[in-house]
This record gives sequence, C-alpha cells and structure tokens, in this order.
Amino acid sequence: MSASLSFQDLILTLHRYWGERGCVILQPYDMEMGAGTFHPATVLRSLGPDPWRAAYVQPCRRPTDGRYGENPNRLGAYYQYQVVLKPSPDDLQDLYLGSLREIGIDPLKHDIRFVEDDWESPTLGAWGLGWEVWCDGMEVTQFTYFQQVGGFECKPVTGELTYGLERLAMYIQGVDNVFDLRFNDAGVTYGDVFLENEREASEYNFEVANTDRLFQAFREAVAECELCIDRKLPIPAYEQAIRASHVFNTLQARGVISVAERQAYIGRVRDLAKAACGAWLERAA
Amino acid sequence: MADFLLELLSEEIPARMQANARNELARLFAECTGEAGLKTGAIDVYSTPRRLALIARDVAEGTEAAREELKGPRISAPPQALEGFLRKTGLTKDQLEERDGVYFATIERARRLAGEILANTIRRLVADFPWPKSMRWGSGGLRWVRPLHGIVALLGEGIVPVDIDGVISGATTVGHRFHHPGDITVGGASDYVEKLRACHVIVDQEERERIIREGAEATATEFGLTLLADEGLVVENAGLTEWPVPLIGSFEAEFLDVPREVIVLTMRTNQKYFACANDEGLLAPVFVCVANVAATDDGEAIVEGNRRVLSARLADARFFWEQDVKVPLEEQAKKLSGIVFHEKLGTVAHKIERVAKLARWLVEQGIVKADANQVERAARLAKADLVTGMVGEFPELQGVIGGYLAAAQGEPMAVADAIRDHYKPIGQGDEVPVAPVTVAVALADKMDSLVGFFQFGEKPTGSKDPFALRRAALGILSLIIENQIRVSMRDLITAAAHEGGANAGREVAGFFIERLKIQQREAGVSHDLIDAVVAVETGGDNVRMVRRVQALKDFVETGDGADLLTAYKRAANILKKEKWTGGVLSSPEEQGIPQTGEEDPLVLVDDPIVGEAVAEMASGQSGADLLEEKALISALDAAEPKASAAVEAEDFMAAMAALASLRTPIDEFFNRVTVNDPDPAKRERRLNLLMRFRDSVNRVADFSRIEG
Repeated sequence: MSASLSFQDLILTLHRYWGERGCVILQPYDMEMGAGTFHPATVLRSLGPDPWRAAYVQPCRRPTDGRYGENPNRLGAYYQYQVVLKPSPDDLQDLYLGSLREIGIDPLKHDIRFVEDDWESPTLGAWGLGWEVWCDGMEVTQFTYFQQVGGFECKPVTGELTYGLERLAMYIQGVDNVFDLRFNDAGVTYGDVFLENEREASEYNFEVANTDRLFQAFREAVAECELCIDRKLPIPAYEQAIRASHVFNTLQARGVISVAERQAYIGRVRDLAKAACGAWLERAA
Repeated sequence: MADFLLELLSEEIPARMQANARNELARLFAECTGEAGLKTGAIDVYSTPRRLALIARDVAEGTEAAREELKGPRISAPPQALEGFLRKTGLTKDQLEERDGVYFATIERARRLAGEILANTIRRLVADFPWPKSMRWGSGGLRWVRPLHGIVALLGEGIVPVDIDGVISGATTVGHRFHHPGDITVGGASDYVEKLRACHVIVDQEERERIIREGAEATATEFGLTLLADEGLVVENAGLTEWPVPLIGSFEAEFLDVPREVIVLTMRTNQKYFACANDEGLLAPVFVCVANVAATDDGEAIVEGNRRVLSARLADARFFWEQDVKVPLEEQAKKLSGIVFHEKLGTVAHKIERVAKLARWLVEQGIVKADANQVERAARLAKADLVTGMVGEFPELQGVIGGYLAAAQGEPMAVADAIRDHYKPIGQGDEVPVAPVTVAVALADKMDSLVGFFQFGEKPTGSKDPFALRRAALGILSLIIENQIRVSMRDLITAAAHEGGANAGREVAGFFIERLKIQQREAGVSHDLIDAVVAVETGGDNVRMVRRVQALKDFVETGDGADLLTAYKRAANILKKEKWTGGVLSSPEEQGIPQTGEEDPLVLVDDPIVGEAVAEMASGQSGADLLEEKALISALDAAEPKASAAVEAEDFMAAMAALASLRTPIDEFFNRVTVNDPDPAKRERRLNLLMRFRDSVNRVADFSRIEG
C-alpha cells in the first residue's frame, strides 16, 4: 500500500482537484472552532446572492472527544477538508466522486453509498439535507445542501462537502491507528506530529482549564460580539460568536455545564451567530 | 390504448421514505388522472435509491367531450352555499339555471388527449408530492426530496413533453452510477425494467429485497451458519442499492465478550449488517453486508474495509462495556438522583425508592410469591444502567445492559433477569414476564408511573399519551392476567399512590376497566359483556373478572344462554313498563343507591331489614295457582343457592349452568301465564316473581347491559 497517498499528499491532491474546479484555496481560519463549517468562508458566504466556491483545510477542536492519545480512532483535535460550492452545481455528486477517484478510491472496487443524514447545527441556527457518504461502510464525507444558515434561507443553495481527513487517510493507507498514519513520505507519522498535542490538550481540557476564567471569556466574547453588531461589523461579530462557541465546548469538557444549562448556552451562541449573519446580509444588501 | 412510463430521477432518496413514496406516487397519479376522467389499467410503482417510477397500463387515448349537469344549493340557501358552488364549478351566478327553487350548473368538458392530461399530472405530482422533508438546490425554486435531475415520460413510445423548472422530460435516464454512468434511452414501459437491468439497475424493489434476503441466507449457509433474519434490514438495504450484492466477512472473535445485543445492534443500526448464529444458536463472529456494486475483485476490498470499520466500532463498544463492568450497579444507582424522571414526579432515584417499596409490598401481601429481598434488590438496581456508557451509546438497550452487568457483577440470576425484563411487556404481542421477581418489579414500576402521572394531572387525553400510560395499563393487565395475580385493583392503586398527589383512585380504576375492554376485545369479547360483569364485580380483581367474563361469553353463545337473555329482557321490560319496584320497596335508583360499578348491588340483600323484605316478597310463594308459576318458583329455589355458591367458589361455568336451568321454566311461564291478571293480587305476585327471576340472573351478571 506504499503507493497510497500520505496525509499531506491527500490534502495537496484535494487542493489541486478543487482548485481546478474554480474553488479559491483558503488557509485554515486562525481561530479555534469545532467544525470546518464554522469558517466564515462557509457560514457567511453561504448567505446572500453572490456565487462562491472555496476549499480549505480546517483544524477542528472537540475538547470532549479527546482521549489522551490512547484511543486509535478518537481525537480532541483533527482536520476537516471543506468544500463549498454556491450555487450547488447539478453535477455536484459527480464532482465529489471525481475527487475520490483522484485520491485513489476506485468505485468499482469499493462500495460508495449515499446514506441519508440530515445536518443541523443548533449553535449556528443552520440546517440542510444530504447524506453521509460511505466507503465500504465507513463514513468518509458529510454531503449537505444548506437550506438555512443563521436562521436565514439560503438562496441560492450552497453545497457543502466535509471530508474527515484522518479517517479518509486511514482508509487509503490501510492503517488501524490514527497515530500510525504516514504524514509524509519521509518517515514522519501523524503520531510524531500530534500525539503529544493530544495528551496535553486532553489533560488541559478535562483537568486543568480554569473554569472561572472560561466563564469570564464566554461573557467577554458575548459582549464583544454585541459591540461589533452595534457597530455593523458582521465579520468581527461572527468571530466572537466562534470564540464563544469554543469556550462553551471547553466548559462542557470540564463538566461544569448541566444538561438544563446546556440548552441555554447553545441558544446564546445561536443568537450571536444569527445577529452576525443578519448584519452580514444587511451590509451586503 | 398505450402504456405510460414515468420515471423521476433524483439524487439518493432516503431508504426509509421509499415505500411511502411509492404509495403516494400511485395514489396521486390515480387521483390526478381520475379527476381528469382519464381511464387507465393497472398501475405498478417502483423505487430505487435514485428513482421513483410508475407504469400505467392501457391508458385511454383521451377523454370524450361531455356535458354534465350538477345540482347546486337551494335558491333559499345562505349565500355561502352558493359561493361555494360557484367556486367548485368555476362558473358565475348568471351561468346557473334556476329550476324548482334549486340552482343547476351545466359543465361542458371538452375532449382532452391523454398526453395533455398526463403532462398536467406530472406537474401536479412534482408540485404536491408529500415528502416528509423536501429541499431546494442550486438557484432554482423547485422542491424535491433531493435534487431532481430527470423525467422520463413516455406514452407508448412518444414523449409526454413537460418542463418543470428546467427539468425537461425525455426518453433518457442513467444506469448504475458506477457500472453504467452514461445516458441510456428507454423505448417505453415495455422495455424499461429490462433495459435498466442490463445497465445494472434492478428497478423492482421486491426483486432487490429477494436478492438480499436469499443471497444473505445463502452466503451464511455456505459457512455453516444461520442468518438472523431481519426484514427491516432487508428493506433498508434494498432502499440503499440498485444492484445489491450480499457479502460475508468476519470480525475478531474476542469481541464476542461484548453482550450479544450490543454487537447485533451496532451491526444493524450503525452499519446495516446482518448477524449470524452458529448451530448452537450462539452469535458467530461474522457479518453480512450488502454492497451496491459487483466489484472487480469480487468484493475482497469491500469486505476488508467493512471489517475494519466494524472492528473500530466494536472496540469502542468494548471500551464502554469494560468501563461499565468495573462500576457496581449499586454505585451507578446513586447517580440517579441527578436525573429528573418528571418534574412533578421527582428524580429517577425517587422513583426507585417508591418502586422498591411497592414491589416489596406485593411480596409481603402474598400477591406475588417471590423472595422479598431479591425483589427489592432488583427494583433498586433496575434503572442503574441508565447512567452507564453503554446505554448512553445504545439507549434502546436499557434493561438489557443492566441485566448483563448484574450477572457479570455476581447478582443472583433472578435479580439480573428482573433488571433485564422489567420494562416488559412493551406493547401488545411482547413477551409477558413470568419469573416472580421480574413480575413484581415490572408491575411495581408500571403502577408507580401510571398512578403517579394520574395523580399529578398528566393523564392521556385524546391522541396524546406522552408517557405511554395506555401501554403501561395494558402491560399491568397482561402481567396480572397471564400470571393469575389475585389482587384487588383498589388495593393496588392505593398502595401505588404517591405522597402529596391528588386522589386519583377512581379515575385510575376506570382507566383500567377501559383498557381491559380494549384488551378483551382483542380476545374477541365485546365490551357489553365486560360491563355486565363489572357491574357485579366491584373488588377489581382482574383475574376473577376475566374468568367471569369468559364464562358469560361462552354461556350467551349457547342456545340456553341466548334464550335466557331473551326471557330476561322480556321480564325486565315488563317490570320497567309496569314501573314495578316490588310493592314494598322503591327501586334502588329511587333510594339513591348506585346500582352498578361503585357498589355491589348485592349489598341490598345483605342489609338485615331490606334483605328480609326482599326475601319474603321475592319468594312469591303464597298463592301461586298456576303450574308454570310453581315450576318457576321451584326452579329459582334450586338455582339461586347453586348460583351463589358457584359464584362464591369462582366456578362461573357452574353459575351459568344454574341459570341455564331457568330457561325452560321461564319460557313456559311466559307462554302460559298472564302477568297482568285483572286480579291485583295475582298481578302483584307474578310481577314479584319476575323481579325475583331478574334479580337472580343479575347476581351472576348484569344481563341488562348485554346487547342484542
């Protein structure tokens, strides 16, 4: 299997493929977030009438999913490859399948299926219909047609593809432990690069993070967001919503948010995201 | 006449929606063509993940021109009626004809060709299709379950032209996504199915289901195993594939340490795999998946990929299992005080406390014969698995996981089984527990919820039953009847009452009687027979009640029973018509004594003063002059003690037999004796005798409530 793509070549291959299809190739957003969807290139750009095509890698932080580097399949931080095409083209499925061929998955040798999976993000006030794409029973991509973002109708509709890069790479390389992935072809593994990060981040997120300061950070993000909304600055406002969302995720990992409070916090973040989206649409109009 | 083919090609339709979509397609098509008056023959509908298709045979060439007269409202009717009629006919008032005070409309229908009607039908189908969830895509405004890409509409061999928001009908579709990615041209309804088959698409879902069902079985058999049949999985996989290929693979046997249900559920829910058992009935470490492709390497890579996915999932499950086994259920149970059961009924810990007490009471009262300590132990651990990682991952395994954990942690089997099965029976047809410890916990758990929710005003209303209390009540009745548990519902309801709640005893008792009627109706017993027994059975002992109802049902189905019922009705009617209340006594209603349900009418007889009067009067012995009167009296003399003794002994068949002995004498009495004799003494005596007959019958069952 040494002919298979390394982790970094997988990314480069996708960049080239989607770049050739008119996507701007962006760099990761320089903020902590739970999913590639949170990137303003997806959330804000999916609103309003203007066409848009972008592809980028987004590091995702999910503090509660951390396992101190001990679980071969779970990580507290990982990478998503995100593609957004607006309006969604008629051949979106074919374009997507073309990308799978490009990274070495032969659909006559593997079982590719589109299995119903409707997507919803309560913190973004967003939802869409689509599938999880299975390759031999493994979910490798989330495929969604956005219907609403920030509580606003998406017109035209954005098609979103989210590849789970580690899973896809594990699949292509035939590896059972994420830390054994070949990161490049010069002998560096995923574990060499990130295992220590996983250990330390898990310890920080579950045991160390100062919850008083986190609650304070949440309040600050809310205040900053509101300030930006008042000043009609949708992008900085939205960035503060991203920040509040990540602080909330860390508080959850620390186990200090009860089930009853959880909904209230999600609602708070959603209100911020909605206000930022509303300001974005107003400014564009 | 020609056949019509319609195919709506889209991106992948969720498997769960396909069956309903086929039905709706057939229904809407029939409705649209029917309204237009276009005649068609048989309609077949098909679905695959990517298409919905319909073939209508023998479509007429069109509709004939027609005139039709429609009768409208009366001229004197309110104006809204006329407005509605005008809307319906699409006419104006001056186009109507007035005749005999009534409006008439004449509708002219021009001749229309089938093609035009079918084009309209397609437009309406797409616009009105009731998908559970639909979406927009691209820049368009059209809605469909997923993006709609093509319409094949062929009447005979001709295209039915239609343009729906840029989707234009034609004769081309596509084959299998990977085997035949290019366009294919369909000739018409006659070659559609076969042409697609040649392009690796099996259009008929039933055929795909058969391939999966039989193929999966065959591949298991090849390995000396038995497939665990799962029709839901067959249908789901058929909804996910156009060219299904069942493949078998194995997973590491070490995962078999994980509870079987967890493995099967992981395979089924997460991966849509079938499971297999070996010849001892034990789970085999294999899975059967259904691929949507005839792979170039015969599926080797697909099986290997699926094996790795399953291993990762089972590794996760095993991690949870190993974590859970380490924590005693007793420890887990402590966390239940943090889980709210219902805001008015407290936490799950509160519930456990009540259930443990009630379950113990059931044993201590001798109602359920079991070890009281085991019962209490099982009750206290029954809900502990709710806080385990396993149940967090697989909520549908509540109880099952607790049972496994209890066994693994050394609890007695009776306790482990009770934890596992205490939610049962869930719905009709579910297995009813019979193990005594389980029965006690299951009964206590359900009673606690039912009575509590009623006490705090959360009873079911209309179609709303958010806490599934109807199901709980049926479960309680099944537990009681199947296990022949002798308990008065009144006592049971009182014992289950929550502190601080309202008194809901009467409401709950009534709820049980309603549920009993529904349960017995399933067993072929009509509700009036239950009413007839409920009227004389006031303790609320369901076992006794059901026996009595069964005996009554058997009796009224015999000739004796039917005739006795007729005679009874006749006697009751005469007494009613004559307003006869026995000369001495006013009727029980007049005395304000509830006759049925609340109190036993027999208390009347137990009253020392009233009882004697009734006896003296009812015997009616003195002065009987006709043979038939005497015969009825002696029959009653013989039957009454027999019937009451039999009722006492719960031998309801014998009680009915005693009544049967009255049939001939009462029939003879009616044949020969004039009740309303001119002689007031005779009249009084005979009316009293009829009353005695009625009351004797009533003591076995209230025949006045039996219909027919």
